[in-house]
Amino acid sequence: MTRFLGQRLLQSIVVLLAMSFVVYALIGLMPGDPIDMMIKSDPRMTAADAQRLKALYGLDQPLVGRYWAWLQAALAGNFGYSRLFARPALDALWPAVQSTVILVGTSFVLALAVALPAGVWVARRPGGRADRWVNLFCFAGISVPPFWLAILLIMLFAVKLGLLPAGGVPTRAGAGIGDHIAHLALPVLTLALLQIGGYLRFMRAAMIEALRQDYVRTAEAKGLSPMRVLLSHALPNALIPVVTVVALGFGGLFSGALITENMFAWPGMGKLIFDSIMGNDFNLALVALLFATLLTLLGNLLADIAYALLDPRIVYAELKP
Amino acid sequence: MAATEGQLRYTAPMRKPIWMSTLLAAALAASMPAGATDKDELVIGMTQYPSTLNPNIDPMLAKTLVLDMARRPFTAYDVQWQMICMLCVTLPTIENGLAVLEDLPDGKQGIAVTYAIQPKAIWGDGTPVSTKDVQFTWEVGRHPQSGVGAAEFYRRAYKLDIKDAKTFTFHFDKVTYDYNGLGDFNVLPAHLEAAAFAAEPVEYRHRTRYDTDSTNPGLYFGPYRVVEVKAGSHIVLEPNPTWYGDKPFFKRIVFRAIENSVALEANLLSGAIDYITGELGLTLDQGLAFEQRHGQKYDVIYKPGLIYEHIDMNLDNPMLKDGGVRRALLMALDRQSISDKLFGGKQPVAATFVSPLDWVFDDALKTVAFDPEGAGRLFDEAGWKRGPGGMRQNAEGQKLSFELMTTAGNRSRETVQQVLQAQWKQAGVDIRIRNEPPRVLFGETVTKRKFTGMAMYAWVSAPEHLPRTTLHSEEIPTQANNWSGQNAGGYASKRMDELIEATEVELDRAKRKALWKDMQELYLADLPVLPLYFRADVFVLPKWLKGVTPTGHLNPAPLWVEYWRRVE
Repeated sequence: MTRFLGQRLLQSIVVLLAMSFVVYALIGLMPGDPIDMMIKSDPRMTAADAQRLKALYGLDQPLVGRYWAWLQAALAGNFGYSRLFARPALDALWPAVQSTVILVGTSFVLALAVALPAGVWVARRPGGRADRWVNLFCFAGISVPPFWLAILLIMLFAVKLGLLPAGGVPTRAGAGIGDHIAHLALPVLTLALLQIGGYLRFMRAAMIEALRQDYVRTAEAKGLSPMRVLLSHALPNALIPVVTVVALGFGGLFSGALITENMFAWPGMGKLIFDSIMGNDFNLALVALLFATLLTLLGNLLADIAYALLDPRIVYAELKP
Repeated sequence: MAATEGQLRYTAPMRKPIWMSTLLAAALAASMPAGATDKDELVIGMTQYPSTLNPNIDPMLAKTLVLDMARRPFTAYDVQWQMICMLCVTLPTIENGLAVLEDLPDGKQGIAVTYAIQPKAIWGDGTPVSTKDVQFTWEVGRHPQSGVGAAEFYRRAYKLDIKDAKTFTFHFDKVTYDYNGLGDFNVLPAHLEAAAFAAEPVEYRHRTRYDTDSTNPGLYFGPYRVVEVKAGSHIVLEPNPTWYGDKPFFKRIVFRAIENSVALEANLLSGAIDYITGELGLTLDQGLAFEQRHGQKYDVIYKPGLIYEHIDMNLDNPMLKDGGVRRALLMALDRQSISDKLFGGKQPVAATFVSPLDWVFDDALKTVAFDPEGAGRLFDEAGWKRGPGGMRQNAEGQKLSFELMTTAGNRSRETVQQVLQAQWKQAGVDIRIRNEPPRVLFGETVTKRKFTGMAMYAWVSAPEHLPRTTLHSEEIPTQANNWSGQNAGGYASKRMDELIEATEVELDRAKRKALWKDMQELYLADLPVLPLYFRADVFVLPKWLKGVTPTGHLNPAPLWVEYWRRVE
């Protein structure tokens, strides 16, 4: 297992290095730069101003040279300065990570808390009335556009009923925990509703498959209670494919939820990544995307470890490179 | 077991209303939007968040809106578009003796302009606003690596004389019509900022206290000061006790950034925000639809301004090189009908690049009217006759066909584009639509003159702003000048160059107006660009908010925030 973990960590470093260059190059190859945008919005800026600022921000240098300078500084722990947030890139990143963990993490937990038990429950009687209703709900959740769902919830709970804020974070002085929860409610609900369908369908399918296996029939023949068969025998096996999906979702947690964050003006990672790319904020975009990549790799690693825990037959030490 | 389940089934419905009502009541109490409960608070929604609060780095409209409440420029344009003093006491002029022409060592003529700072102007930490701040700001602006955006002012202001703690004189190396305007000169607090600049000028933009210590009261001297900053989300302002002017009404003003304008509207309707600013708010079509649905609850103000929607034409295109074809293209368009039908008549049709609200606008100038027959005659005269299918072609069988580009995703422009295509088709002109995202269009296609036919977008201007960057022949982007300049069409007119240069140095107002008239007539005669209309901003205000007067120019309404009131 130790050797396996070492190999995976080494692979992750290589992937991160490759990603850093790819992301830097892609952003650098995009047409226009922040100074071009400044000129369009400020009639008093002259061509001389533009040239001076491009030189100051290093935008007149070749892309590879800029990347090499960034990489050297990054390896020394200096990830550069965010032009959009006017602070070091890491300082701009952390608040967004925290916001995203709160928003996406809560919705992720909520979605799993609903989807996994519901998936197990409906898998017991596929095609039954409950299964049909749950399927309808799932497909609605999967197919509804996040933008539309967000607006719908805002219009219902914030505008018509006036029960919840339409989004953002509390701005009132001395806002309490209740205020924070209220502001979180609609974006969490939006994200959870969007995720539940997918996880529930995965759980249901995996459970149906597991319930068809011989060992389940054997367990039933041994006279075990239906609940014990379900939870102790079928569920652990059904969880293996679900863990893969959940682990990938874990990585996605930290890249945020762009549309939902935008609709609810939630200052999270999705919005940060989008803004930094659109604003040609190289340093911030790089740090944010690399962080999301790192977490995705970590999520996959956790999934692999979880396999071993769920299925004793999986032993990574025996894998050959 | 069964009994327990049955009990649960029985009791759950009984508990649900109590549980739910408790939760909803708690949520209601906790989430009541501040703007709806606190009558001393005003929550403003806008679609952008400022990247820095330093007034001289990285020009952004969102920053202007916030900072105009917390500080004041020396000079600004008022609601009537007249230049006034704000931080200075008297607007210097040659007539009142505060501006004096002087000879420069190289034999040219310059001008010395003397300003006095408002005697009661004090930074929020009690330090007077003084000429030390002026001196420091000038040094920062003149440093090539300080990161200051528009630096033309600092290039021209070659010398600064400090008379006393409140009086100073700038010496400019050129006498221009706007010699007394200090619009680009935003005074910085030397007592807080000087150390960071002196330590390492090139790092100043990263170490300015406006970003590292944004809520320091010493950074502001306006009616309000910034008391809370949540990056990417909101900025909170509260009254500044050292403010020397009229006392502001609101005890707290919150700027909330909500980039999606649909969400912005929903936030307004829910009471989470009180007012949507026009400069960074709803688009005109959204504003019109909003007014139809909710006009009885809100005041919706449409303010046309200085954003000039137009069509650039690549004058290297042989077909567009012909002035007759350009005129015919404009005559074939019913722009008034477009404005009326798509924008409720709120966007005035542009005669030229000069706004009708600007004092230099020539009232006698006639807008090119919709005249399909006249357009047809001009096309015929230029050799473009109707051919098969009614489309025009020349003697060689070449079709009169152009590519029309605009910013992809801008619904308003894309709608206009389709109407233009249809109207030009009626005139026998074939239009191919090809749109690109703004950063591609502006970062590559327009900037590097890669559009083959026409590109529809907007120029932002200022009152009496000379069209040097857009119409002077030296401003045509080329490889040699590293694609700088905004004369993307490639318009080169010796007469226009002369007029721009003459107007820039003409101090006599009447003579300047005459030069502007010539400039507009030449523009209308040459038609290097097809004028469409001046964009209108949509301000959505609650009925109780009074005193907000949109200006239509780059000095927006928050400069007069102390006169904003809640009147029930």
